[in-house]
Amino acid sequence: MGLLDKLASRRPQAGMLVRPADSADQSVFSTKALRQFLSTLTARETPVLLDLGPVIGTNVNFFGQELGCKIFVEDIFRDLDRFVRQGKAEEFSEFLVARFPQGDASIDGILCWDIIDYLDRPAAKALAAELTRVLRPGGALLGFFGTAQPRDAHYTRHLIVDDVTLQYRTYPAERGRQAALLNRDIIRLFPRLRVSDSFLLKNNLREILFRKPA
Amino acid sequence: MEKDIVNIGKSVVIKGELNGSEDLTIEGHVEGTIELREHVLTIGPNGRIKAQVFAKAVIVLGEVNGNVTASEKVDIREKGSVDGDIVSPRVAIAEGAHFRGSVDMQRKDTSQSQVPGQSPSHPDAKAHGSKTAPQPAAATAQRVGA
Repeated sequence: MGLLDKLASRRPQAGMLVRPADSADQSVFSTKALRQFLSTLTARETPVLLDLGPVIGTNVNFFGQELGCKIFVEDIFRDLDRFVRQGKAEEFSEFLVARFPQGDASIDGILCWDIIDYLDRPAAKALAAELTRVLRPGGALLGFFGTAQPRDAHYTRHLIVDDVTLQYRTYPAERGRQAALLNRDIIRLFPRLRVSDSFLLKNNLREILFRKPA
Repeated sequence: MEKDIVNIGKSVVIKGELNGSEDLTIEGHVEGTIELREHVLTIGPNGRIKAQVFAKAVIVLGEVNGNVTASEKVDIREKGSVDGDIVSPRVAIAEGAHFRGSVDMQRKDTSQSQVPGQSPSHPDAKAHGSKTAPQPAAATAQRVGA
């Protein structure tokens, strides 16, 4: 039984609901691209993961204990909030250029989550360039992109339930999503990566898995 | 038998090497290196650490700026904050905690090629180079004074 099959055994039985905790902001939804992303990691002997979201203890244990990853946690959402709060949002792209201490081609998998939705175009381009730099040939980047115009200013914590299920919890953000990017705009942000998988989910979220050619 | 626990109070500032052979709770400021290889280090809510930390277990309720190496566990509680790299076989990070850095649980001996439930020494298990968790060194008996 391979590791991904072991992860599949964590999924709830058919007909059983995974109930979120009490908060009204929590929801559970399926993911199609996560499993493909995980297969990139499990193909490596000592996978290295870069997580751009807020630290989530259960995710750290999932990647660290079950997949044997070394995990870098770089909460870009928190950084963005700081810049917006200080009225320096236009300087964020410059900040991102020097943000990542990881070496070139040193990361096997990047969890981008939906950070790009919250960035203006220069910052999105700067982030995409840095992520492309640190990603190893053969590595994968998983990003989520909204399709509807934003209303509320909140971020989302994505908790990994199993290889096909995410639970998300919202929390306040200093500002909302900047714009819903078209597919071609997203792809143009990562000219050196190729789209491996793209899914439009029932909750109108686009999951896109990019790979860096080997 | 009661376990000895040393407390470093809020007003205490220590710069340099801090090591010992008993559990320690820090509520003050420490800069340098902290070594409690066989024992538990607790950074209390008022503790502010700018140091490399080595202990059996580390519980963080305050702030740590530095790398943390534990032979058993690192536990960052709700208002705790760690900026640095963690090396430990077990890591618990509560919701609301802050963490920036890397986490290495050194799980290379249970990599993807191993069948679940199969021990690393099983003849069918593939051999992998693996790092073991850091082994505690003999601690010097040095009591810290205020």
